[in-house]
Amino acid sequence: MPAETTIDPATAFAGIPRSPGSAKSDPILVAEHINRHFGGLTAVDVEHLQVQRGVITALIGPNGAGKTTFFNVLTGFDRPDSGEWRFDGQSLKGMPAYRVARSGMVRTFQLTKALAKLTVLENMRLGATQQRGERLVNAMFRPRWRQQEKEITERAYGLLERFQLAGMANEFAGSLSGGQRKLLEMARALMVQPKLVMLDEPMAGVNPALKQSLLGHVRSLPDDGMTVLFVEHDMDVVRDISDWVVVMAEGRIISEGPPTSVMGDQRVIDAYLGAHHDAPLTVEEEEQVLREAEQIEAVRAEETRE
Amino acid sequence: MDWGPLFTNSLEAAIGPVAITYCLAAIGLNIHFGYTGLLNFGQAAFMAIGGYGLGAAVVTFGVPFVLALLIGFGGTAVLAVLLGLPTLRLRTDYLAITTLAAAEIIRQVLGSLTLEPWLGGKDGRQGFAATVRDLNPFSGPVDLGIVGFRPFDAWVILIGWLAIALSCLVVWLLMRSPWGRVLKGIREDEDAVRALGKNVYGYKMQALMLGGLFGCVAGFMMGVSRSSVVPDNFQTDLTFFAFCVLLLGGAARVFGPVVGAILLWGMLNVLGNFFGQATSGPNPIIPTWIMDSNQSSLVRFIVLGIALMLLMIYRPQGIFGDKRELAIHAR
Ligand SMILES: Nc1ncnc2c1ncn2[C@@H]1O[C@H](COP(=O)(O)OP(=O)(O)O)[C@@H](O)[C@H]1O
Ligand SMILES: [Mg+2]
Repeated sequence: MPAETTIDPATAFAGIPRSPGSAKSDPILVAEHINRHFGGLTAVDVEHLQVQRGVITALIGPNGAGKTTFFNVLTGFDRPDSGEWRFDGQSLKGMPAYRVARSGMVRTFQLTKALAKLTVLENMRLGATQQRGERLVNAMFRPRWRQQEKEITERAYGLLERFQLAGMANEFAGSLSGGQRKLLEMARALMVQPKLVMLDEPMAGVNPALKQSLLGHVRSLPDDGMTVLFVEHDMDVVRDISDWVVVMAEGRIISEGPPTSVMGDQRVIDAYLGAHHDAPLTVEEEEQVLREAEQIEAVRAEETRE
Repeated sequence: MDWGPLFTNSLEAAIGPVAITYCLAAIGLNIHFGYTGLLNFGQAAFMAIGGYGLGAAVVTFGVPFVLALLIGFGGTAVLAVLLGLPTLRLRTDYLAITTLAAAEIIRQVLGSLTLEPWLGGKDGRQGFAATVRDLNPFSGPVDLGIVGFRPFDAWVILIGWLAIALSCLVVWLLMRSPWGRVLKGIREDEDAVRALGKNVYGYKMQALMLGGLFGCVAGFMMGVSRSSVVPDNFQTDLTFFAFCVLLLGGAARVFGPVVGAILLWGMLNVLGNFFGQATSGPNPIIPTWIMDSNQSSLVRFIVLGIALMLLMIYRPQGIFGDKRELAIHAR
């Protein structure tokens, strides 16, 4: 990891307006006019978004707001109907997903994609880029890749230790619990040595004990020079670890700012409460909406007291 | 019941040229399906290109044998690219449908009247194995105690098993490498592999081509062992029997196709011999109202089908498969 100077979130966001699409002091990712329609439905309609380098940005919004679709578009897993976006100054428009990843922007998935019939260690090794042994001409001749494989394995064990998975290194990934799979997917993404880590609901379905350690890992990523953009539903988590929050609703970015100020924004509360007015909700969805709205209210109450 | 010939015949079949041919075809399918998750239902097409590439090049165009082999390989590589280009970006079902259709189209074209002057129409091409025959080190019948073979058969079987050994070595070397790891990753979840910066499309193309080349070798084997290729050799059931071999032995195992081929052809012959004997003669063991001798050769396929079904129910990972991997798959 390049030892970049750690960016202090407070100074990074000094003087940044708390309005949708505001310009950042040092953006790693800039997206403009991104549109994605599914038939008549506009899933993503982002006018402008800048993601600050070296900090943790949360992307929140009610179910169906278009967060996952936005992630898919940015990472080359989906094509937008229109739009431009640059990562670290390089345009990613039309770039296939694997080249986006190689350029340093690596994502995880909302539905965890652990490679079940590969061992945990093999999952990790797969994450390393520029492997000589991954080329067909070299593959049959072990001496050509043995040394590199050793280095990769060491790096993999280092990350597995950190994510408390080292003991499971030789287990099939399919035998891990849901939470451990999330850990594995994140650790595997770090094997790519990304500049920007994009996590789609990394805490979903993770038990409270693991959640704390997962939170710790996410929080430590900027110290290693990485930028984090993550989607999350749990407002406590968002408030805990994010330096900046972007709120999406019905495909649009409706609010931006530090966690506490965003959660007090009337537009955000309306979005969470009103998002499903026209669509029937399942019981779980309704519960979640209410829970999130409650959390937002609680934060706001706290704010006004202070 | 005469058990001696039954045993001998079956053993000969289990290691004979037919078993070898299917084993090689299944080794190719193992790379496609077992390791990469690609459903190629047109392995017969790759075999046909191999067999006809060799046969037509030697007989029609008088090309030297070794060069004809290279033509076969080249043709298979081209076929892999043609099939892969439009389909490998799509879901794997598209590859399945495309390869299935392509194999039938190719078989029809090979047997067509228009191409008869070059490919021999329905009669195909014969007598291109002279080079192999000339190199035969066996001058008389080869007797291995329990089993015995005619000199040419023995020679073909020797070459065939050497080819299988070499193929298994190549597959083993490849699949323990980081390259093989990428293929297995693609089989599990190609988007995850893409998200890690691997060119999934490129890897799938390489896998399709490589597995196709083993199919091509199977085509050579089939042509040489019979000294002939005809379009009807390459019907769709050829591919499906190769899949049976693979699933029986265990997919994603280096020796899966070997075990599968030996068992399948051994079993088919045991059953064939058994029912043949049990229904023959003036006073057959199985009364004619159950089955007569004409039906007996078909009954073995029924029994085999039931056996395969039971295997898939009680041991879906195949004879060689890993239980642990299966337990995960089942959730
Ligand atoms: N492949 C698709 N086809 C049709 N509609 C889709 C597709 N993917 C997402 N959508 C729709 O786009 C909207 C945004 O979905 P999504 O990005 O998954 O939201 P979020 O991740 O914020 O919950 C939803 O209304 C969803 O139903
Ligand atoms: Mg989502």
